[in-house]
Amino acid sequence: MIGGILARNPRLANWLYGFEPPERGTVVLGHRRVYIVPARLGWLYGAALAILLIGSINYQLGLGFALTFLLAGLGLAGMVHTARNLTRIGVSAGRAQPVFAGERAQFRLHLDSRARFDRPAILARHLGSGSQLVVDIPQLSIAEVVLEAPAARRGWLPIGRLLLETRFPLGLFRAWTYVEPDARCLVYPKPERSPLPPPAAHAAGAAQRAPAAGNEDFSGLRSYQLSDSPRHVAWKAVARSDQMLTKQFTGETAAELWLDGQLLPAGLGLEQRLSRLAGWVLAAQRSGAHYGLRLPGVEIAPGRGDSHAGACLRALALYPPP
Amino acid sequence: MTPAAHPLAPELRLVSVRDLAWLTGSLALVIAPHALRAPWWLTLLTLCLFAWRFYYALDRVPLPSRWLVLAVAGAAMLGVWIEYRTLFGRQPGIVLLMLFAGLKLLETRTHRDAAAAAFLGYILIITNFLYTQSIPTAVLMGAALFAITATLIGFSAPNRAPRPNLRTAALLLAHAVPVAAALFVLFPRVDTPLWGLPRDAYAAMTGLSETMSPGNLSSLALSDAIAFRAEFEGGLPAQALRYWRGPVMWDFDGRTWRSAEYVPARFAPPARGRAAYRYGVVLEPHNRTWLFALESAASVPRSARYSGDGQILAPLPVRTRLRYDLSSVLAPEPRVQETPALLRRALRLPPGFNPQALALAAQWRAAARNQDEVVSRAVSFLRQGRYAYTLEPPLLGADSVDEFLFDTKAGFCEHFSSAFVFLMRAAGVPARVVTGYQGGELNPVDRIITVRQSDAHAWTEVFLPARGWVRVDPTAVAVPGRVESGLARAMAQTEQALMQRPEFRWLRDLRYQWEAAAHKWNIWVLGYNPERQRELMNLVGIRATDWRALTATLFTVLGVMTALLLLWSLRHVVRPDPVERAWRAFCAKLAAQGVERSPNEGPRDYAERAARALPAARRAILLIGALYIGLRYGPHPSARRANQLRHLVRSLRLT
Repeated sequence: MIGGILARNPRLANWLYGFEPPERGTVVLGHRRVYIVPARLGWLYGAALAILLIGSINYQLGLGFALTFLLAGLGLAGMVHTARNLTRIGVSAGRAQPVFAGERAQFRLHLDSRARFDRPAILARHLGSGSQLVVDIPQLSIAEVVLEAPAARRGWLPIGRLLLETRFPLGLFRAWTYVEPDARCLVYPKPERSPLPPPAAHAAGAAQRAPAAGNEDFSGLRSYQLSDSPRHVAWKAVARSDQMLTKQFTGETAAELWLDGQLLPAGLGLEQRLSRLAGWVLAAQRSGAHYGLRLPGVEIAPGRGDSHAGACLRALALYPPP
Repeated sequence: MTPAAHPLAPELRLVSVRDLAWLTGSLALVIAPHALRAPWWLTLLTLCLFAWRFYYALDRVPLPSRWLVLAVAGAAMLGVWIEYRTLFGRQPGIVLLMLFAGLKLLETRTHRDAAAAAFLGYILIITNFLYTQSIPTAVLMGAALFAITATLIGFSAPNRAPRPNLRTAALLLAHAVPVAAALFVLFPRVDTPLWGLPRDAYAAMTGLSETMSPGNLSSLALSDAIAFRAEFEGGLPAQALRYWRGPVMWDFDGRTWRSAEYVPARFAPPARGRAAYRYGVVLEPHNRTWLFALESAASVPRSARYSGDGQILAPLPVRTRLRYDLSSVLAPEPRVQETPALLRRALRLPPGFNPQALALAAQWRAAARNQDEVVSRAVSFLRQGRYAYTLEPPLLGADSVDEFLFDTKAGFCEHFSSAFVFLMRAAGVPARVVTGYQGGELNPVDRIITVRQSDAHAWTEVFLPARGWVRVDPTAVAVPGRVESGLARAMAQTEQALMQRPEFRWLRDLRYQWEAAAHKWNIWVLGYNPERQRELMNLVGIRATDWRALTATLFTVLGVMTALLLLWSLRHVVRPDPVERAWRAFCAKLAAQGVERSPNEGPRDYAERAARALPAARRAILLIGALYIGLRYGPHPSARRANQLRHLVRSLRLT
């Protein structure tokens, strides 16, 4: 019930949890935002303690008292240790690879132990998706957790609220904290498969540049460049020569291709247009074409390679430009 | 908000073979002492249940069905009922608990079941204390507690190696000890049980009883159990004078002597005597009301009273170790007043027994001028009678006194005292049997006298008109060695205990050390009761020792301890180094002026941007940026530079 109220009132939740999301940089979990309550096993333990205490009183057992009180002390120490297992962890988010809408974004989370003791069995859960993982953080080192979240719509997907929880060492208490790091994932529009538009009149000037490198017919090897697709790396040759080499092809479609929003049928909505354009970008990239992207307010000069495709898809994801 | 599958929820985590091994190992440690007391078939069954569970774990087959487990449980409970004819009571209750531990294992699938079994192990620890709370038991159970705790930690951290888990268990217990000590000292204690206990709750207590018949003291004499310990403030009485007076026997039926439920007389304690002793007694529980005191007690402990025949009685049966302080005088001044009814009772004899003894007594009575002379004739009769002192006296028939005096001539103290009182009464001298303990062993380490059940003794008291009640020990008369050098020396024929031999002196010394430690343990750990709590609280200056004051103190102490624990918990956390702290302070100062560092902005870019935005502090900002870059990424970071950076950041004024 309380969870529901807090979900409807994010400001109340922020006030209660003592932080204003998103939090920049490395978030160090101070002890004030680590919450702790007895777990169900803790209540069972309490019942066992009550039995022991009654037995000790009834039978006047000096050692029984000693045992009961030692176990009570153990419970108290367990509580402090459970909170300690979470306190002062440094949480930071790594870069998330862009995904297409409909896929699952993968957020990398770095949990820095920042302590000279290990922190076993820490659960990290993405509250929105329920994606979760239990990690052990060794002393003075960093554990990496990858949490998935569904990317429904194009644009920036913020990581959202995360839960960190632990019950170590005795399982009697449950300590948890919420954190919302400043991490986001770029979500490209969902690509729609459709035939590429013909190289239009704009391409006329570029036609003389043939033969341009394409990917239809193998023509030789050249040294690898960062923008080359891994699919074109000549892996067999690399294994022989110890040097990164890229297969070169002679393409037929050497013409400059403009992926223009205006080429799309007029009846399409914005999202559908962007989806189709994203599909075109992928198709053009696959075909090795020299292509550019044009939309109202956006023009990306023709080019090729993975980073070019990335730039085009990014423009589509964040359309309209700010 | 919480999805169904929670990877930390114990009910969803399956136990591994490792978990199971730890759990069974620690449970076996707890059950081990019980296995010696439980019926053999039950121990075997419990072990079989453990093994059965392992078979399932190693073979990776599903656990037995609930019905099978229930059937085993039913059969075992039937077995317990056949063994004890009840399922309630201490012993059957404990063996059932032991059984349940095995059955619980058999249905343990997840960590929740396993944790419940571990908690059951904690409860099983305390059942051991119902039998013994000695130091070795405490050590063994401490080990079991440690093992169970490590097992629980293993459940919470399945990927961790056992060694760090053991280390965590040790750390947790080390943190628990101060809290436990505070609770132990300050938790308000109550004296009385909360409700009735099972009938066999005190079955294990040994000691003297209300009756004395041939054979029951000699069986006690074989027991090495401690009856009580006494600590004297000043000098110690000699061995031969240490008569610890207990129940007094009045009524004889030809075989058994019985003490009187109520003695219609008033007892006045002696005011003066030849020597006085002050001492404290720690009495082991014997489930009877009488307390033991050195003859003759001049005072009674608080809340105790004198009976008409001079016993000291507690208001309730002594069921926990009891400590009391007393004073006694030796050879008290004579008190010749006695209730006539009591004197008549001290002459009563059952008709038709022991004709020879009656005849002998009649002969003495006729010949003697007064009662003193009757007594001295009887004493010399015993002295010259060549009686043997033995733990294994021959069996006696209906005329037990006659047979002992004239036929077998061998007996234990109960035979001597019974025969002597019979003779006295027959000769017209009021007499009674007194049981108690004689002697006791002085521990040179802590100067405490330990009195064991084997020191149980019976002697007599006769009433002489001029001297009142006078102690006569017929055993000492007939076998002088018994009282002067203790039981072991007196048993010339029987083999001596190993410890008593002179060549094993070192062994005896070791035992003295051990017993001194055990005594301290008894007083401070096991015997810590409301009274002792009150004394201790008064000592540290807490006057109002009702439960409210104790609880308030307790919570204060616990609060302080929790705070200390919390402080400790932050101790091993790594703090950012001074350079990083200075840089962060610098960023915060700039951010307050609206120049916030974006997460992907390097220090050089940031400093330059800030310098452009805040031209007034341009020099300082650029210097700080350069210093930080040099300290962070440069080849030789120096402490002087770091100090300069900190100083610069602190003195940076931006407004």
